[in-house]
Amino acid sequence: MLLLAIDTSTTAITAALHDGIQVLAEATTLDARAHGERLAPGIREVLTRAGAMPHDLTDVVVGLGPGPFTGLRVGIVTARTIAHVTGAALHGVCSLDALAYAARDRLPVGVELVVATDARRKEVYWARYAVLGLSGSEASGRTVQARTEPAVTRPADLPDDVRELSAVGRGPWLYPQALTHPLSGSQPMAAEQGLLDVSAAALADLAVQRMRAGTLVSRQEPLYLRRPDAAPHVTAKSALG
Amino acid sequence: MRTDEPLVLGIETSCDETGVGIVRGHTLLVDAVASSVDEHARFGGVVPEVASRAHLEAMVPTIERACAQAGVQLRDLDAVAVTAGPGLAGALLVGVAAAKALALALDKPIYGINHLAAHVAVDVVEHGPLPEPTMALLVSGGHSSLLLVPDVTGDVRPLGATVDDAAGEAFDKVARVLGLPFPGGPHIDRAARDGNRVAIDFPRGFTTGRDLARHRFDFSFSGLKTAVSRWVQIRQASGEDVPVADVAASFQEAVVDVLTRKAIAACREHGVDDLLIGGGVAANSRLRALAAARCASAGIRLRVPRPGLCTDNGAMVAALGSLAVARGRTPSELDLPADSSMPVTLVQA
Ligand SMILES: [Zn+2]
Repeated sequence: MLLLAIDTSTTAITAALHDGIQVLAEATTLDARAHGERLAPGIREVLTRAGAMPHDLTDVVVGLGPGPFTGLRVGIVTARTIAHVTGAALHGVCSLDALAYAARDRLPVGVELVVATDARRKEVYWARYAVLGLSGSEASGRTVQARTEPAVTRPADLPDDVRELSAVGRGPWLYPQALTHPLSGSQPMAAEQGLLDVSAAALADLAVQRMRAGTLVSRQEPLYLRRPDAAPHVTAKSALG
Repeated sequence: MRTDEPLVLGIETSCDETGVGIVRGHTLLVDAVASSVDEHARFGGVVPEVASRAHLEAMVPTIERACAQAGVQLRDLDAVAVTAGPGLAGALLVGVAAAKALALALDKPIYGINHLAAHVAVDVVEHGPLPEPTMALLVSGGHSSLLLVPDVTGDVRPLGATVDDAAGEAFDKVARVLGLPFPGGPHIDRAARDGNRVAIDFPRGFTTGRDLARHRFDFSFSGLKTAVSRWVQIRQASGEDVPVADVAASFQEAVVDVLTRKAIAACREHGVDDLLIGGGVAANSRLRALAAARCASAGIRLRVPRPGLCTDNGAMVAALGSLAVARGRTPSELDLPADSSMPVTLVQA
């Protein structure tokens, strides 16, 4: 198999290739405003580095958010279009799952964590996860399972027991009063990128793990979690063209 | 790549229409459009986030439908073209990302092109090669521009534009004043048919004195819009019925009078014999009729694409892409940006 994973739900514009055993290549750019520009070159880069052609793809997995809408849509429309052209199977995964998954080896089995990302407007997207041990002889031996649905809220309104959990994502860096236990330590480091923003390598690995377990759900709708602001654009053209 | 009759797919998502068109050379094979206009009607204008969400859902199905209707396999394309701007930032980005994904997965060149130039280029699929130069009057809800076009694939010169409301925007606002539904253009056109266009003498912006000297080929429609609503308010305040047909006809006449007068003056001043009218307002029946009459008496040839090609669509993007390929223009890079305020002088990103 050849799986392409992409995610544009956080500051990271990230793409990775996975052959079912390991990640072959990952390309990630950190830029909150360049999702539309950097994603396609990143995909081309991982294909080139792996010596693969688009038509070799068997699966495309995309992070469905939640995340800032404009950037999020770039990843989803890209994944849908590439899957359409190549005939690869398309899968969607909650982007917060990939952040939790990246943290699975940092915590003891059975412990819970919270993923909290920047939802802008002084809010966070968040969900609660548990680290589980895998039965059998899986290489990593760990996985994560969501304990809550993804939601959006002001950091101060997070449940008290959630605020005390080890926290992954940019949430604890943006709102240290509300989320006091950042898992990545006192300084976010480049090496821990997968704990701040989504890493497509983690997303790819999680998707392959779920595929093997038969738990990869083929949902493809973005997780917006917010209704659109219903104000018409003053200078937007009418349906006159 | 074939450059004589290039097969090009064009994607347009600058506002509320998801358009996918396919052109071979100057021949239009398909023009598939999915519109979210109904979702915006209750807001009385286009809601950017609603439009962007609709683009995402419509994109792949519209590509699929276009290919099926044209009997075209994606792998046979010579190039992919996409509106890079101007337009709504979030909406543009959906189309640009989809076009890049197509180009990447198919290993084809991509052309990120200017929406306004595409409005001009689309006429090649209806009336053949564009005269060089052509004068173009582009009027829609988003733009009102007068352009001198020596080469639509690389040399477009703005002569004038609206300084406030776009012409189509004025139609929408006046329609609201008259209690007509959104979008206003077609409803005003229909109501005006039973009205007297000289019943009320509404103001013509930038047509006299110092205004004309300073804004020779610019437009202004906000004063007209205000005049119409004040006229209606006074009428209502005195308890009289508002003659909707007469107001619509007189308002419409004021708009198309200014548009055609300035377009013909621009042709004369620049020695251009061909005038092209595009954009959604080009569907207006009075604009077509008055432009035809004035062009005939001025000895200017008039080109107006059929209404379906005047509103935003993918065919216009494909048409400009096809001309760019045929002219040997260098493709855009895969990191081309969507530019919500792309200047009209930049034909290609
Ligand atoms: Zn337009």
